[in-house]
Amino acid sequence: MSDVYVVGADMIKFGRFPAISVPKLGARAAHMALDDAGLTMNDIQALYSGNLVQAAAMVGQRILAEIGQTGIPVVNCANACATGATAFREGWMSIKAGVYDVVLCVGTEQMGKGLLGGGGGKKGIPTEGLLGSGTMPAVFAEAGMEHQRKYGTTLEQFAGVSVKNHHHSTMNPKAMYQIETPLETVMNAEMIAYPNTKLMCSVNVDGAAAAVICSEQKARELGLMSRAVRVRASVLTSDPYQERNLQMPDVNTCTQRAASTAYEAAGVGPDEIDLVELHDCFATAEILHYGNLGLCEPEDAGAFLDDGQTTLGGKCPVNVSGGLLSKGHPLGATGIANIYEICTHLRGEAGKRQVDGAKLGLTHVIGLGSACGIHILERPS
Amino acid sequence: MSSTASNNSEATGLLPIAPFLRISDQGEAHLEGSRCKSCGAVFLGERATCSKCTTRDQMEAIELSNRGELYVYSIVFRSFPGVEVPYVSAVVDLEGGGTVKGTLLNVDPDPEKIRMGMPVEVIYRKAPRKDAEGNEYLTYYFQPRG
Ligand SMILES: [Zn+2]
Repeated sequence: MSDVYVVGADMIKFGRFPAISVPKLGARAAHMALDDAGLTMNDIQALYSGNLVQAAAMVGQRILAEIGQTGIPVVNCANACATGATAFREGWMSIKAGVYDVVLCVGTEQMGKGLLGGGGGKKGIPTEGLLGSGTMPAVFAEAGMEHQRKYGTTLEQFAGVSVKNHHHSTMNPKAMYQIETPLETVMNAEMIAYPNTKLMCSVNVDGAAAAVICSEQKARELGLMSRAVRVRASVLTSDPYQERNLQMPDVNTCTQRAASTAYEAAGVGPDEIDLVELHDCFATAEILHYGNLGLCEPEDAGAFLDDGQTTLGGKCPVNVSGGLLSKGHPLGATGIANIYEICTHLRGEAGKRQVDGAKLGLTHVIGLGSACGIHILERPS
Repeated sequence: MSSTASNNSEATGLLPIAPFLRISDQGEAHLEGSRCKSCGAVFLGERATCSKCTTRDQMEAIELSNRGELYVYSIVFRSFPGVEVPYVSAVVDLEGGGTVKGTLLNVDPDPEKIRMGMPVEVIYRKAPRKDAEGNEYLTYYFQPRG
């Protein structure tokens, strides 16, 4: 089976674009990724499109209506916040299987403002507030409290994640926000769901990201190897049975399993990973994943952050893009935007936020309910 | 606040807020679970197949305990329009198996006053909301125990 390479990747600057349609957002990112690769739609053999909110609305075909109805097959993917990573992985599999040589993967989302989750079903009465909370800030607050219960993680440590990622975003012109946000500001912001304050919740933004991927033979034929990022592992898991996870979503086990499978597939260990873009949908979530991804022992996660190990310049910088907390989290675009960020570092093109000498990078997303997608990427040789 | 519905008949005529909340003809309420006869896993509500071991048609209905301990919580300050805040969203492990999520009452919404691992009990109350047809519902809550 051929290795698969990312030969073009890009994302639009995340923001709020209510006047631009979802297919138009996707079309912009698709054109940017094609330009990055120096290819056109006539080179593309299939489109893998990720979008969550309009999952039933044939977003992929509508993107082609904007950029070229070449008649290629389109697969529309929805997998909660793992939607973009799933679309990318479907494309990866099609090349691994030898069905296609060059495919395009696009993730898009238009979010609007406000709380996600909760509310209960259509029948009966709304259960929010009566049967606890189904809102995302509360669900991830509870996941963080589990970490506190087990390991004594503090409120300041959870808030510190947000300080770090907002700091990183000041170096990323494509982030929604580029504002230094000190600890007092994070902790004194409006409490949404203890221990998550407003500045510890990801930003709802509109966005799109795209990647052109191809087989090794095709990348060589096209003369694209000098900037081609090799996909060393692509893994997707769901959450296995746990005694609580039908009532309390478990984002840990599916991440641990995906990580160990990915490290094994790539033949590398977590010590060899130079940077990570992980799913910091809430500040409480990031700390859990340090241990889940093997970056440190789970009980050391708070100290790992405090010591600056996950800050740019540390042992393993995490979310140097600003993360979902500050770059923004357009659900279906996030998985591919993470891949773009890692590719940018592996190509040495990340400017002020460049992780020096980055050779291997890891992306991680979680779709609640749950899906975990992990990719390990290697710099051009 | 009214007494628990499990020792009077106030639940009669109310609809359950969730399918796993069972109300007998006498108005006695309990949370229903199921236990896999093959592997022993306990689930909230009725089911035919065990998602732990995949065995089919070996689930037995059980009455879950009204006693448990607080596993984790969050104090919710921002919710949807019409939902009174703050409130404590809680995940509770019941004695004898089964985990259920709900709202923890009769405790200050203050992390200093809430201890993970604290004993709690399940109580049953008329829900403060009606559906579009005017039907009334029975819900459950947690409160500190002992
Ligand atoms: Zn079983």
